[in-house]
Amino acid sequence: MSILPLVALVGNPNAGKSALFNALTGARQKVGNYPGVTVERHSGRLSLDDGRPVELVDLPGTYSLDPSSPDEQVTRDVLFGRQVGERRPDVLVVVVDAANLDLHLRFALQLIALGLPVVVALNMVDLAERDGLTLSAEALSRELGVPVVPTVAVRKRGLDVLRAALTTAVEGSGKQAPAADAPEEQPIAQLQRRAREIARAATVSETPTRRWNHALDTIALHPMLGPIVLVALMFVMFQAVFSWSEAPIGWIEGGFAAVDEAVRGAMPEGLLRSMITDGLIAGVGAVLVFLPQILILFAFILVLEASGYMVRAAFLMDRMMAGVGLSGRAFIPLLSSFACAVPGIMATRTISDEKDRLTTILIAPLMTCSARLPVYTIIIGAFIPDRSVAPGVGLQGLVLLGLYLAGIAGAFVAALVLRQTVTKGDSSGFMMEMPRYQMPRLSDIAIGLWSRAWIFVKRAGTIIALTTIVLWALLSFPRAPEGQSQVDHSIAGRIASGIEVVVKPIGFNHDIALALLPAMAAREVAVSAIGTVYAVDDAEDAAGARTIVENLQRRWSLPTALAFLMWFVFAPQCISTIAVTRRETNGWKWPLFMVGYLFAAAYIMAGITYWLAVAAGL
Amino acid sequence: MLAPAPLPLESLPLRRRATIAEIAWGRLALPEARRLREFGFEEGMHVELLHRATLFRGPVACRIGRMTVALRRNVAAAITVTVD
Repeated sequence: MSILPLVALVGNPNAGKSALFNALTGARQKVGNYPGVTVERHSGRLSLDDGRPVELVDLPGTYSLDPSSPDEQVTRDVLFGRQVGERRPDVLVVVVDAANLDLHLRFALQLIALGLPVVVALNMVDLAERDGLTLSAEALSRELGVPVVPTVAVRKRGLDVLRAALTTAVEGSGKQAPAADAPEEQPIAQLQRRAREIARAATVSETPTRRWNHALDTIALHPMLGPIVLVALMFVMFQAVFSWSEAPIGWIEGGFAAVDEAVRGAMPEGLLRSMITDGLIAGVGAVLVFLPQILILFAFILVLEASGYMVRAAFLMDRMMAGVGLSGRAFIPLLSSFACAVPGIMATRTISDEKDRLTTILIAPLMTCSARLPVYTIIIGAFIPDRSVAPGVGLQGLVLLGLYLAGIAGAFVAALVLRQTVTKGDSSGFMMEMPRYQMPRLSDIAIGLWSRAWIFVKRAGTIIALTTIVLWALLSFPRAPEGQSQVDHSIAGRIASGIEVVVKPIGFNHDIALALLPAMAAREVAVSAIGTVYAVDDAEDAAGARTIVENLQRRWSLPTALAFLMWFVFAPQCISTIAVTRRETNGWKWPLFMVGYLFAAAYIMAGITYWLAVAAGL
Repeated sequence: MLAPAPLPLESLPLRRRATIAEIAWGRLALPEARRLREFGFEEGMHVELLHRATLFRGPVACRIGRMTVALRRNVAAAITVTVD
């Protein structure tokens, strides 16, 4: 097998590296992991002008060769050829933000000093121009002694010129003497001065504008308005999750009902048909129906991230996070955890302080992830009346917001306690670049959404399909004698009776005890598990198909429903979360600790909720 | 004419350009000091305070070069500036 020349994209954070990587490789990319560390490796293929393919790898953004977090360490090690599982790159594409030359050139100078062939991509020149800055790529190239190509990655401008420059660089790459392993380091202040001189030489004209950016920040970071905007955005987000999803949910339900009917019509009655309709279709359908809500939530988070607002939210939240011993930086992983704790926990890698990072990982599962939405939605739909408490504000949406807030409050308390005990240490502070606001690009959001949707559908088709079938089998055997409940007689029913003893004090009934175990595989299975239980039980019922909601209303009391909701605010996380925590913390100690404390919190809080609700006469 | 009195960056009026007179590197944690240098903070650079999260003395946002950087108050207090 021939080894392709390796081209690495490298640069400061916020230089538009990933956008350039997307523009150059399109859909032909692969996401992997560097061995030993949990830093994602993004690579793709690119054809040069002469048709020769090269491998392009997108290195994590960093400010210098002096790493202060695990992903910055990877960048440095790759550049020095010390990273396990990665060759030393043949050519570097140094991506610099045209509007931020002073700073980005300093790192570029360090990179050029490494001695590898370099092409500089002077990125986001359009934003720089709008910012009142005109630059000369020729002058910059003269000063740096390497080719400089102006690009606008998000508009795919300058890519052909960049590819041509790369072709030349790759051709020349073998001819140069291999660079020294680690060149002598110049003091940062000296490099910075040189960078500033070069930036000045490359600047044709400069007017300080940036007016609209500052105007937006005046509102977004305003001491009073800022938090109001943040809360309002969050509220709109959660309302949208409910109201926008109604129609598409109807379509999916209709689709599954049609498939169910077709199977019932085509197959003779029997065990196999029961497995397909009551097990597979009921189970997978109950979960897939939530795809629209999960996508709406992800869309909001992707837009907030791409627009640059997320960092403003971190700014606003820093004071509050400092109060519980964290920093505003933890806000971004925590907000991502609202979509899913797995990417959220992986996003903690940008937190340089070890204890800060560990605390953030431990509380991330308390952020209500999208997999809990199906559980919340169905219980809220069954027990909370659909009426509006104010124009445009539904009671159901309000309860949902309350559940999210309960998770956040729980996380803050947990962080506070953890920082005083197991992760005791000094706070690492908060220092962050605030990138300019940008209009999010529809295609970037679409790519992000598509990959999330695919992961969810794949989960529904594998883990969830498998667990529902296993559950169906456990529920269907041994067959109950005439006149007895099939569920109570089954293996699963007997296991649940054991669990029920433990969860009865907090108001949980037999059905819930049954759903708790498979919910460990994936939380949304709780819904399909309950759906399967009722489907199997209803099979003997002459009335037949009741909806899950009707069944819930018939069998659960309101305090039980509320306790169940509260259980899922704190509920022990799914297996994927435990696995990613083990990977990120390099051992079983912290994931086990996490599972333990979350179980305890879930049990206590669900119990309190149940007894308060009973006492209130609900 | 008297030279303008130096004051901590934290107390600089908003949107007033100033020059960094001194940074008390010793008062900063090592990683903090390094990141501050990487962002281009050093004596002689121009800075401008853009926003203050006044609620419970939250962080400040300031411009250095063409970049906006968020800092906590204790860091901003370690940077002494003179108004241009």
